[in-house]
Amino acid sequence: MDNHHTDKKAGVMEYRRDGLKRRKAIFQHSSTPILLANGIESTHANSKLLRWLLPLLLILACVGCQRSKAGITVAGSTSVEPFAELLAEEYMSRHSDSHIYVQGGGSTAGIEAAITGAANIGMSSRNLTDAEKKLHAVTIAKDAIAIIVHPTNPTDNLPLDKIREVFSGKIANWKELGGPDHPIDIVTREEGSGTRESFQKFVMGKEDISLGALVQDSNGAVRQVISSDPNAIGYISLGLVNEQVKALRITGVQPNLENVNNGRYTLVRPFLFVFSGEPAGEAKSFLEFVLSPSAQKLLLKEGLVPVVEKLG
Amino acid sequence: MQLQEKIVEKVLFLIALSSIFILALITFFIFEEGIPLILKVGPKAFLLGQKWIPSKGLFGIFPMIVSSFWVTIGALLLGIPLGLACTIFLSELIPPSVGTLFRPAIQLLAAIPSVIYGFWGLIVLVPLIRNYMGGPGLSILAGSLVLGFMILPTIITISEDALKALPPSYKAGAFALGATHWQTIWRVLIPAARSGIVASVILGMGRALGETMAMIMILGNAVKMPTSFLDSARTLTTNIGIEMGYASGGHRQALFATGIVLFFIIMTLNTLAIFLSKRRAH
Repeated sequence: MDNHHTDKKAGVMEYRRDGLKRRKAIFQHSSTPILLANGIESTHANSKLLRWLLPLLLILACVGCQRSKAGITVAGSTSVEPFAELLAEEYMSRHSDSHIYVQGGGSTAGIEAAITGAANIGMSSRNLTDAEKKLHAVTIAKDAIAIIVHPTNPTDNLPLDKIREVFSGKIANWKELGGPDHPIDIVTREEGSGTRESFQKFVMGKEDISLGALVQDSNGAVRQVISSDPNAIGYISLGLVNEQVKALRITGVQPNLENVNNGRYTLVRPFLFVFSGEPAGEAKSFLEFVLSPSAQKLLLKEGLVPVVEKLG
Repeated sequence: MQLQEKIVEKVLFLIALSSIFILALITFFIFEEGIPLILKVGPKAFLLGQKWIPSKGLFGIFPMIVSSFWVTIGALLLGIPLGLACTIFLSELIPPSVGTLFRPAIQLLAAIPSVIYGFWGLIVLVPLIRNYMGGPGLSILAGSLVLGFMILPTIITISEDALKALPPSYKAGAFALGATHWQTIWRVLIPAARSGIVASVILGMGRALGETMAMIMILGNAVKMPTSFLDSARTLTTNIGIEMGYASGGHRQALFATGIVLFFIIMTLNTLAIFLSKRRAH
């Protein structure tokens, strides 16, 4: 055993020595003459390059710090995120010297970020809780939640209490709602989602959403499932309803901008910008832009309900 | 020169060490975040609780543990026979030249991103299951079918290696005794490579338990206890994947705690696989 071990070691040593010899040989062959010929010039060029590079780096660093000074961070609800991105793009095209970073993370995370200062503006798709009330919140738009089914579903009008019974699992068959004899596939959002929280508050009240409900993690995913399942029911942001799904009337009220504005359609939640204090500087200027008629018109085009009366 | 080699050795050692360090860091972080919640809720209520309603402080992950195993067993029911048949075909029945065509194709299965598997499952399998077998379509059956294909490369590559590692004398001996080719494969080669094949299945199982993206897309993610293969279900991984975006506070800790459970399951499986493949070597 011992013998074998030393043998192996010797082998390694030999190999190393071998490698050394070979490397030396290479050196003698080619590297040395080249070094002699170009050595002085190349160091000269290096220092020249350095002389140019250093100020350049300094300038770049300065540009970098200026950039980050001018930039503000907007973080929070993933429901608001796509709209905030759109607004930020528009804002940046007008103010070429500023930069707005938009991040997701969820309403609660966004509010927390505004409190801790990790973000200049927090985005929320739910109302603030009592503990959060001390923050400065501005409603930038309103968003209705539509109850959606497959376009071929014969049901197109349900009262709120029936919807509650469907989502809590008490009504489990479309037959009970005058439809075909087929189990209802409930589709809901994941725990913690702002859309789910609003739906829970507006529709469910104290009742729980059935644990047997299918859970999807975005408005788009809910719409995808419902557009392919004739027996499904779910809820998404009104702005994202398209021809693939059908939005139900609730006690006869069609979900549309008009009914949201006149208060007849009640499943409406605010999209909030949250500040830790009075908005100032770049954040204030961005907020002013968001509340301007042109930005609000942009939001209206995207399916949200503007908060400004006159859109010019 | 000697010094230079020493430096290179030390640098490489440090780099190798850093990967272990990162593993230790991740492990530490998962436990540091998750353990307080398990202690707060109680290990029994956490592991055996039937209800997962984070907004009400209910963190029972038992349905997810059960669902994880349902989905995995379903995947193995498809993956083992297919994988084994493929392995035998590749290593014994076809000429090596044809094998060079098949092998890269199977390895390509492993290279397809899981989101593609998920998308394919969602668009093709789910409507088929809904229309022909009932239920919402987003189901354990759909998940198992997709996972069954996803674990094929793992099973095939490792069990083929196990078959190839057998001494040629086994086959020669069996032929010399007058066994047919099939008898040799079934009675001699497969039993001899058994531990390697079992190890491949266990590694495939680990792969199936860990798969997240595709499962989020096709399992439907309902949090109740599954009662049939046509039910929607949520596995341990998809629970983390689907809720992490919005989780904060205790809810976030609960997701890390889910990770701890997953950690133990995967560790057990991998240790088992290593143990089995070591036994083969002796």
